[in-house]
Amino acid sequence: MEGGPRKVALFVTCVVDALAPDTGAAVVRLLRRRDIQVLFPEGQGCCGQPAWNSGLVREAAMVARPTLRALASALDRGAEAIVCPAGSCATMCRVYWPELFAAAGRAAEVDEARRVGERLLEFSELMARLPALPARPDGRRIALHFSCHMLRELGIRRQPALLAERAGCSIVPWAGAERCCGFGGTFSVKLPELSVAMAEEKLQELDDLAPQLLVGCDTSCLLHLAGRARARGRPLATAHLAELLDKAEAAHG
Amino acid sequence: MAEFTLERTPLRARTRAALAQPLLRQNLRRVTDRFMQVRAAAFAQLADAEALRATARALRARTLARLPELLEQFADRLLASGAHVHWASDAASARRYIGQVAARHGARKVVKSKSMASEEIGLNRYLEGLGVQVVETDLGEWIIQLADEMPSHILAPAIHKDRRQIAALFGQVAGSPLPEEPARLTAFARARLREEFLSADMGISGVNFGVAASGSLVLVTNEGNGRLVTSLPRVHVAVMGMERLVADLAELDVLLALLARSATGQPLSCYTSIITGPRRPEEADGPEELHVVILDNGRSALLGSEFQEALHCIRCGACLNVCPVYRQIGGHAYGWVYSGPIGAVLTPLLLPASAAAQELPSASSLCGACWQACPVGIPLQDLLLALRRRRPPEGATERLAWRAWARLWASPRLYRWSLRALHALAPLARLPGVGRLPLVSRWATGRALPPLPSRGFRDWWRENG
Repeated sequence: MEGGPRKVALFVTCVVDALAPDTGAAVVRLLRRRDIQVLFPEGQGCCGQPAWNSGLVREAAMVARPTLRALASALDRGAEAIVCPAGSCATMCRVYWPELFAAAGRAAEVDEARRVGERLLEFSELMARLPALPARPDGRRIALHFSCHMLRELGIRRQPALLAERAGCSIVPWAGAERCCGFGGTFSVKLPELSVAMAEEKLQELDDLAPQLLVGCDTSCLLHLAGRARARGRPLATAHLAELLDKAEAAHG
Repeated sequence: MAEFTLERTPLRARTRAALAQPLLRQNLRRVTDRFMQVRAAAFAQLADAEALRATARALRARTLARLPELLEQFADRLLASGAHVHWASDAASARRYIGQVAARHGARKVVKSKSMASEEIGLNRYLEGLGVQVVETDLGEWIIQLADEMPSHILAPAIHKDRRQIAALFGQVAGSPLPEEPARLTAFARARLREEFLSADMGISGVNFGVAASGSLVLVTNEGNGRLVTSLPRVHVAVMGMERLVADLAELDVLLALLARSATGQPLSCYTSIITGPRRPEEADGPEELHVVILDNGRSALLGSEFQEALHCIRCGACLNVCPVYRQIGGHAYGWVYSGPIGAVLTPLLLPASAAAQELPSASSLCGACWQACPVGIPLQDLLLALRRRRPPEGATERLAWRAWARLWASPRLYRWSLRALHALAPLARLPGVGRLPLVSRWATGRALPPLPSRGFRDWWRENG
């Protein structure tokens, strides 16, 4: 990818596809502004993580298979990279897919999963490698939530802060920024009171810091935190990093 | 004595009970934050902490790979040093043996230093049933023994008690009120426990590490009570999980460097005792008899399995301290001896026949903080996942729902259709009663439902692609 990729496939994820279309659109606009051609392989759906994390190999493989095929076909069509605006799903594809397809007993798919995983980048990881474009400084005080899988398994820590600061945000010093928000996929409905207590502690920490916006790279964590914030009567604006960056660049005129 | 709640109360109810205790949660935050801070500071002093962790992981793997042979060597050396060895295949065997030793010596009072293995086999209750008085001498263990509760943290068993509660408990022992000052309270415990040490017939300890090359028992404590338990009474019984073995002092050196740093941020604990055999004729102190109970209790079944690394654990508690779940609920909610991420892994493995124990791998958001903190690099998150694979959801409705979901989303066409259906239903999401639907109600427990857009990303792409 000398000088950055010219053609990138988008793995939008089921959560963004279903619940946060603006996040996907923001990613597309950010890439196009950098003269990158965006492919959207239509056959994609879910990465299978909910089933995988519940111990259901067969169901996880069934659901992940069409997505694997769609992403692999995008590589065949010349995509140099695949971008995914969800750290958790990116981790599933990169770290667990080979294990999943091996457990499901398909050797050819293990190779395919490796090939896709090698090219798949989490959104902030790709963005930090692309040229910075002029943006109108956002100027807001934001809290940055580091979601677990991208932080610990993909080792992506510095990129989200770098990009948010580049867009003119100031980041509040949040002691609990790297602590799990309690979403955890099916965990959030299996042990809901515990899941909510984990969100509650993070939000209590933010009460004093009073950020204007909570920013993250996983829509699912943000929906969970925003849902708790509304239920406790202190709503908190949340945004995926892609939307923040896209707005700042668009506002530059 | 209090019983474990594992079999009595389901996991979700246990988490709710824990979440209803504000003092517990406040103390957990304070203490685990402090443990994490001092741990980070202690690791920062190491030249290359990551390299040391990698070394420790490799050493543990090497020792576990030769465990049967090293255990034989360990037992031979123990016998040569004059100790007695009992191989306990399960908890009952261990209890029975220890009860027999107590009976043979006519022991009426036993002093104990902290031992998770003895908790695991329910030793106190058993001995008390035989009419033997058991006194815990680790300060935290003594507190929860007086309160008739279980340990809520592997290192700080009374983490959930504050000074007011402790003063009340000690006041009952003293027969008069005691001031709520930590210094006065520890002075009281010290004086009181000293009497117990001097009058005890038997001492029971755990074992942090057994050294195969020399047949030595290594005990690590901060209060010095371990030394009194193992040297004052006539008989010393040590209970050791069979995996707590190191090949030699070189391996011990690496693990000791990591244990105290990971546990309490100390370069070394205050007391590290290395005990080899009972008192020899020329020695002034030490027990006349030393018994070492080597406990299997489900461990050997893990050797050679995908779960073998669970046996690498050196019981430092670091995974508890970093765990965002443990932080909210503490140790009692796990329902058995071992809590936190390692408890969620070990309990279902050591209690394979318990259906309730198999629920514990769900007590994790899989955030991965545990394996990053583990000084011997146990891939706790992967083990939790492997355990979930071993026992996937069993409820008929849940199975059916998963199967239906997989069928639907295995087809790109039906996947797209399901999303369109969801967006078409968006206007209905505001209707009263939606929050009471199954699954939705689980989410709506303390959370607002996410706003449903009327169109998805695909619809946008169709126009802008």
